[in-house]
Amino acid sequence: MPWGEFKDTVAERRLFQRRAVVMLILVVTMLGVLVARMYQLQVVEHEIYTTLSDKNRVQVQSVSPPRGLIYDRNGELLAENRPVFSVTLVPERVGDMEQTLAKLGRLLDVSDEDRERFRRLLQERRRPFQALPLRYDLNEQEIARLAVHRHELPGVEVAAELVRYYPHGELTAHALGYVGRINRQELQRIDPVNYAGTNYIGKSGVERFYEGLLHGRVGYQHVETNARGRTLRVLERENPVPGEDIELHMDLRMQRLAHKLLDGQRGAIVAVEPSTGGLLALASVPGFDANLFVTGIGVDAYRELSESPDNPLFNRALRGQYPPGSTLKPMLAVAGLDSGATTRDKTIWDPGFFTLKTGGRRWRDWKRSGHGWVDLKDSVAQSCDIYFYEMAVDMGVDTMHDYLSRFGFGEDATLDVSGALSGIVPSRDWKRAIHNEPWYPGDSVNLGIGQGFMLATPLQLATATSVIANRGTWAEPRLLKGVMGDVTVDEVLPRQTHQAIALKNPDTWEFVADAMAEVMHGTKGTARGAGRGASYRMAGKTGTAQVFSLAEDEEYVEEDVRERLRDHALFVGFAPVDNPKIAVAVIVENGGSGSGTAAPVARAMFDAWLLEYSGNENPVLAVESGGQN
Amino acid sequence: MAAGGLFDQAENQSLSGAGRSFWSVLHIDPILLFLLLFLITGGLVVLFSGADQNMEVVKAQGIRMGVALVVMVVFAQLDPLVFRRWAPWLYVAGLMALLAVLLFGVGAKGAQRWLALPGLPRFQPSELMKLVVPMMTAWYLSRRYLPPRLRYVAVALLIVILPMAMIIMQPDLGTSLLVGAAGIFVIFFAGMSWKLIGAFLGLVSVSAPLMWFFVMRDYQKQRVLTLLDPQSDPLGAGWNIIQSKTAIGSGGFEGKGWLQGTQSHLEFLPESHTDFIVAVLAEEFGFLGIVCLLGLYLLIIFRCLYIAAMAQDSFSRLLAGALTMTFFIYIFVNVGMVSGLLPVVGVPLPLISYGGTSSVTLMAAFGVLMSIHTHRRMISA
Repeated sequence: MPWGEFKDTVAERRLFQRRAVVMLILVVTMLGVLVARMYQLQVVEHEIYTTLSDKNRVQVQSVSPPRGLIYDRNGELLAENRPVFSVTLVPERVGDMEQTLAKLGRLLDVSDEDRERFRRLLQERRRPFQALPLRYDLNEQEIARLAVHRHELPGVEVAAELVRYYPHGELTAHALGYVGRINRQELQRIDPVNYAGTNYIGKSGVERFYEGLLHGRVGYQHVETNARGRTLRVLERENPVPGEDIELHMDLRMQRLAHKLLDGQRGAIVAVEPSTGGLLALASVPGFDANLFVTGIGVDAYRELSESPDNPLFNRALRGQYPPGSTLKPMLAVAGLDSGATTRDKTIWDPGFFTLKTGGRRWRDWKRSGHGWVDLKDSVAQSCDIYFYEMAVDMGVDTMHDYLSRFGFGEDATLDVSGALSGIVPSRDWKRAIHNEPWYPGDSVNLGIGQGFMLATPLQLATATSVIANRGTWAEPRLLKGVMGDVTVDEVLPRQTHQAIALKNPDTWEFVADAMAEVMHGTKGTARGAGRGASYRMAGKTGTAQVFSLAEDEEYVEEDVRERLRDHALFVGFAPVDNPKIAVAVIVENGGSGSGTAAPVARAMFDAWLLEYSGNENPVLAVESGGQN
Repeated sequence: MAAGGLFDQAENQSLSGAGRSFWSVLHIDPILLFLLLFLITGGLVVLFSGADQNMEVVKAQGIRMGVALVVMVVFAQLDPLVFRRWAPWLYVAGLMALLAVLLFGVGAKGAQRWLALPGLPRFQPSELMKLVVPMMTAWYLSRRYLPPRLRYVAVALLIVILPMAMIIMQPDLGTSLLVGAAGIFVIFFAGMSWKLIGAFLGLVSVSAPLMWFFVMRDYQKQRVLTLLDPQSDPLGAGWNIIQSKTAIGSGGFEGKGWLQGTQSHLEFLPESHTDFIVAVLAEEFGFLGIVCLLGLYLLIIFRCLYIAAMAQDSFSRLLAGALTMTFFIYIFVNVGMVSGLLPVVGVPLPLISYGGTSSVTLMAAFGVLMSIHTHRRMISA
């Protein structure tokens, strides 16, 4: 084959050059297409892609405000925030969830319970790109181990979070309540903007009632993150406004004493400062460790609490509705005198029983042999039932209902106690509505000694007692004593709604107070044992409430059954008689007699407050607000 | 012949003058060398940013480019006659190597591309074919009267298609297309008639659907579908293209500045130092940077086409022209893919993307071009 020597090389060269020009044109055209494409992307659509690029890298993160602290009246910290390091996962950024969980399981100690809770969170509705906690309370070694492996774990972050901590968890659980993770229903209710960075919300008690005050205002930061969601730097920040610190009327020492006094029993103690309505102690025993609920309680731990026969989760002080029994007699005495159903001097013969008509049903006195001739004061001091049976019949249900209602029974008279129940003050209408029966005179007889349909919570009994201690003036029970910061108590505390109880003869108050003092100091006073040797005068009234029945499916050991069929022991009182500083209601479930079990408890509370703690306070506001800001 | 006249002026300039003594002895074309060095240096600067300021990567690439330059110089020393003489044997050897790859090649990600022969470094025969196929085609056609007759075109096509098919089977669609393009360009430059070209283009458009159903693998189809609608899977297959378009678009006219690209530095842009490096350049140097880059490429192509036009025999012309156009195909496919015009195929940005094999092949091709330009005989045309 010839190599070109015989070919028309000039023609071939021309041919090639023509083709090369075509190619050059093609190249220029196609490069022009690329330039046009780049022009489209970089100049025409520049704004769109700038936005996309910023959306990629700049994330707006909400910064949750630190929750306000809660102090008792002496500046003792009741609820604080502890930094807790937890490992969190952003599901949107985690590639293979199973693999990541397995890897984390090798690096950390992740319990089945953690895993289960995490999976539950995973299935719940949540905000997109929300970090879900897998395990709390990492120690330093675990944090270091995670840091080493973090490049293998996209979407996994170690988050420092302020988590609520109750240093006296068990003592204050029922009064303070607790915070917990925001759940689905709450998510609907809360302001999504203000709670954008918040994981916890007040579930009960003070934490719930003052949620708005304690929460604060959310802050924001614009952060630059890389493709794997790691935050690289903060571009801009608007600081959150921390929640307000608040001070309660509660005295932790009183609260602790109350728990100690009821230790091993079931019951409640409510102590009120009559002049202010401030709750000095609000104890329901047994309590529980509120800290368990903050980060989410495990199923087993919860079952143990909820199925315990002692029912530690039940707030007896606010929600335990008991027949008040004889503790209602002072209020009824006020009613009887003011309504004219009886007089101070009227005496009756107590044979040990009462009948509405001769030969009819007999209502017994607690004392079989009867008290003999007694007047009203004797009847209060000795807790004579017959006198009150007769007086109740004379008053009639309408009058009793009217007076009892004015003492705050049958309603939630509290200002800021979340979850308090109202009990029942029966009336004709009530009985018609509930039982579809008319009111029988026998019902009035029962009501006369606080039995029958009547139900009241320990908090209501303390409130009513405090009204007597105040000689009719109302100071609704409240927990909040002070707010640190710009807000004043009056701004956040609901208005008072109760009118002072005006009696035809205001001296009636003194008479009833005197009668109650007889209970403690009189020779025949039912609680004279508890009142003995006191350096101050105190007023009180004992009571017992019958335990009607046990639910049939409740299983108790033989011994327990007998124990749990015993009467509830009750006591209400205040001291000192002339210048009351404290009013108390005590109930000891299945405690037997009010005089033997409940009264000494109240006496111990009186002693502690009057002789030791009162006047020995350091109001936190005076100390703190002086130094701060 | 007016169009052809573009390349006619100063035809024999490089045969005389001051430059001859120095550069001709070295067999180096200084203009092309300067343009390439400029491109490579600029590429390393962008790579430093694209590799997230990892100096090790830049160093490795620098060394690789040094090796590639040596390869270029070595190829430039060989007379084009050598390439012509060896073309058929290289082609046969290449086919055997491809066969060996199919039989017992090694590779990764489901594709066998590498051949590990005892005593030899691991290499990719398909990469060599980018040089060998145009050589063989040019060898074959330069022995015919040009423009070639239909049956010679048919044979030439066969020469091209055989290795292409073997590379597709590896499977390596990107390389196969580049190899095919190199061969086709030889046939085009040889003077394949426009009618035939029209028919060929018609055939390609008809066979495209057939390719879709019978040749393309699922992952390749997926890439095409993703190109058409990246939002269909924004976190999966569409991620690359969305992020690279975002990087390019957010660069704007002037760019965000060197090392300031958020898309690449915050790891949103995948493969930012390899196939998608042009997005880094577009983000950090903006539209201006892109125009400069494409302008530089255009100058190189222009110089190479000039060299081709100046070549003294058909084989050299055809080979030089085809190698130049292959270089262009790299550019067009890569930039087109990164900017979302073409489906994602594994084609690097020539001489800038991090990676060795293609750089060496490309520089060898430039060595061939320099060889063609500097081994001129003192004969009249």
